[in-house]
Amino acid sequence: MAKVIVSQKQCTVNPLKMSQPIGAALAFMGVEGSMPLLHGSQGCTSFGLVLFVRHFREAIPMQTTAMSEVATVLGGFDNVEQAIVNIANRANPGLIGICTTGVAEIKGDDLNGFLKLIRAGHPELGHIALVDVSTPDFEGAFQDGWAAAVTRMVEELVETPAMETRLSRRVNILPGCHLTPGDIDELRDIFEAFSLDPFFLPDLSGSLDGHIPAEFTPTTLGGISLENIRRMGSARWTVAIGEQMRGAAITLEHRTGVPYKLFERLTGLAANDELMGFLSQMSGVPVPRKYRRQRSQLIDAMLDGHFHFGGKKVAVAAEPDLLGTLANWVQEMGCEVQAAVTTTASPLLEHIPAEEVVIGDLEDFELRATGANLIVTHSHGRQAAERLGIPFLRIGIPVFDRLGAGQQTIVGYRGTRDLIFTVGNMFLASGHEPTPETWLPPAHNSSPLVSLHVTH
Amino acid sequence: MSDLRVKVQQVFDEPGCAANQAKPTRDRKKGCNKLLAPGAAAGGCAFDGAKIALQPITDVAHLVHGPIACEGNSWDGRGSKSSGSQLYRTSFTTNMTEQDIVFGGEKHLYKAIKEVVEKYNPAAVFVYQTCVPAMIGDDLETVCKAAGKKLGKPVIPVNVPGFVGSKNLGNKLAGEALLDYVIGTEEPEETTPYDINIIGEYNLSGELWQVKPLLDELGIRILACISGDSKYHEIARSHRARAAMMVCSKAMINVARKMEERYGIPYFEGSFYGIGDMSDSLRKIAQLLVDRGAPADLLVRTEVVIEREEARAWQRIAPCRPRLLGKRVLLFTGGVKSWSVVAALQETGLVLTGTSVKKSTPGDKERIKELMKDDAHMFDDLKPREMYKMLKEARADIMLSGGRTQFVALKAKMPWLDINQERHHAYAGYEGMVALVREIDKALSNPIWEQIRRPAPWENVAMDDELAIHIA
Repeated sequence: MAKVIVSQKQCTVNPLKMSQPIGAALAFMGVEGSMPLLHGSQGCTSFGLVLFVRHFREAIPMQTTAMSEVATVLGGFDNVEQAIVNIANRANPGLIGICTTGVAEIKGDDLNGFLKLIRAGHPELGHIALVDVSTPDFEGAFQDGWAAAVTRMVEELVETPAMETRLSRRVNILPGCHLTPGDIDELRDIFEAFSLDPFFLPDLSGSLDGHIPAEFTPTTLGGISLENIRRMGSARWTVAIGEQMRGAAITLEHRTGVPYKLFERLTGLAANDELMGFLSQMSGVPVPRKYRRQRSQLIDAMLDGHFHFGGKKVAVAAEPDLLGTLANWVQEMGCEVQAAVTTTASPLLEHIPAEEVVIGDLEDFELRATGANLIVTHSHGRQAAERLGIPFLRIGIPVFDRLGAGQQTIVGYRGTRDLIFTVGNMFLASGHEPTPETWLPPAHNSSPLVSLHVTH
Repeated sequence: MSDLRVKVQQVFDEPGCAANQAKPTRDRKKGCNKLLAPGAAAGGCAFDGAKIALQPITDVAHLVHGPIACEGNSWDGRGSKSSGSQLYRTSFTTNMTEQDIVFGGEKHLYKAIKEVVEKYNPAAVFVYQTCVPAMIGDDLETVCKAAGKKLGKPVIPVNVPGFVGSKNLGNKLAGEALLDYVIGTEEPEETTPYDINIIGEYNLSGELWQVKPLLDELGIRILACISGDSKYHEIARSHRARAAMMVCSKAMINVARKMEERYGIPYFEGSFYGIGDMSDSLRKIAQLLVDRGAPADLLVRTEVVIEREEARAWQRIAPCRPRLLGKRVLLFTGGVKSWSVVAALQETGLVLTGTSVKKSTPGDKERIKELMKDDAHMFDDLKPREMYKMLKEARADIMLSGGRTQFVALKAKMPWLDINQERHHAYAGYEGMVALVREIDKALSNPIWEQIRRPAPWENVAMDDELAIHIA
């Protein structure tokens, strides 16, 4: 049981956290023909857009209601209406996902009411789905925004089936925002190998996997279709991945009666054994040969790797579900979780295998990561890693100083195996050669503690 | 807020800005803050602009008063480099929560400033106001004043809530903060007849360092660069410079103009991009200094350096020229960079097939027209779809633009080069021009283009036939 501590500092230093609206915007990007719209100042969108461009190295569809000072006083109805009309004319999307920001929430704009009025006044926009989601910047974090947007899409778009017409092969999958397009592709392969027909909401593997579209598209390049979202009520099961998706899964169950199964994580041997067992039972298909083989390969990687993982101290900073995934996995490989820092509250946190979990920033992380063998966090950890001189695995969003962030795959037997190789190689590369001084008696050794040194 | 409104109005009515002065009185009062179109806007807010302009000051703490979005979503993303302190890359924010919204964020802000000063001992703290605290009425100026007095450090309010306008306005408001609170507050230990300020240069990718060695050689001292690789005290003492160069014409014209007005520092508008522009800038710097009393031999020494460096640059560019000659470039960038880069590219034999003039002043446009003759297009607002079409139809060989449009080119399988602030290469001065030409050359002649444009095996009929024969 970890003790969950909330950092009491007045000044956040080197934020780990990002804001809800852009988490929600990313969720909308997993839908085909979609345009996320942030209701706020144009900077709210611009920062998010640049962040995703740097992370995915892809064009990012994202618009703004461009609230001016006057509009923040008078209310944003005109801006929302104009934005929707402009987007419809310029980009012709199937879905506009509208996320509030701090600006809109403080003004108290009733976005849902706005949309009703806009619907009534613009019958010509009838073919465009409009989904609003409340995502104030001053509450929660990125993953909360993602989860809220998925829940709202379920509420607004999924149709309640008229009668029991369950398609026995159809499965809904609700992935948390910590799953990359690569992870989703891997899971699709796995589900299909059991003769299942998986539909991911959201599906970033269609939109942000990095591919060359045949034509220019101002909206998302792919993702789950609106038609397939509407039909989610006809699936046999819903699989939610990550605690953050529980709310959306429950909402879906309430609306449609589709039962859900939640996997906290899909990295590690035990977690994937559970997945394989579940899929086999649900589908009636025995675990395919390919995955039996992959399981065996994972076990071999664990055997080869455990020499290098055992006793290592790892510091992890990530959003709750990714933190849970990584902390549990390194612990299963024999490492000690020296530091665990996260962004927002989650029932998961107290089960993380660490003494304490801090809801804080990368300054809190840097202080606690001193002396660790490995730092694991997103690219903003680079300054800390450099100062501490500790090997640094970049994971999460944003990863802006390495290639292939969208294809970093850590789910499944194969994803876990590859992660063992990646991290194991980092441990191997940072091993120290012995010198005549290595085994000097303790009196001659200086303290291994390195103090946080700030130069200016 | 009303103070801010007055400030915004003043900034817009900028006598130093030719574009502004050319307008009729009524339009001039409206300022250059174009109303943003909801749902069709691109670009940063005023806060973003202010951060771009001031973050290059390296030894101060940049503290953002707002919810996590403003700083958490954007920090460590700007490529200005430092020769010393790395403090400017440390991110500070009040990370406002619901509690602040209910009770007001002023006390929180005060305590945050105190924490920063106690933990990091910066030369000063720059505090940025964002939309949310502005809406709930947090009085930035008063908190900064109180904190500065109590903590014995300069605490500079930068009042730039995003909703007041664009990035460009934010640049100017940042300049106002320097004029109001920093410039002229300290005296330099010594001055020389060779002291200059460089205004509007942010040392992105270290570009200032491509220029500085030549100034050093000439004995010209950069008293302050506003704000690339600068220290707080340098800017505080910058009012004692003898002359100034304003680099990015629209970003900080108010700083250059008001420093001339208040401290009698003459300035000129110049560019470090392109061989000709670099030489002109060196000449003008020397001339202004000599006009203000520096020994006249500076002019001769400057010509010697120019001649030597131009020759050296051309010599290094020469091997690339045959490969670049006649290659068509589509150029998308803002303001001053358009005409200065146009000239620079033409020097190397490249042909400009089109350029954006969205952020350019009428003066800029005139210069571009002159430079490009009739053989190119100026686009006010080229939609990405059109841009894609142009590239796809191979009406250009390479696009030079900012990060936002890079995928339009790349997805059309066209070479692309980053020339905006997030770029990784430095393109200033003679060194920079050589680097730019080499980068364009590398991009154009990379072997991937031929490979990736090849049809896929299932699109290639000949291959299908061959396969069929093989199988048969």
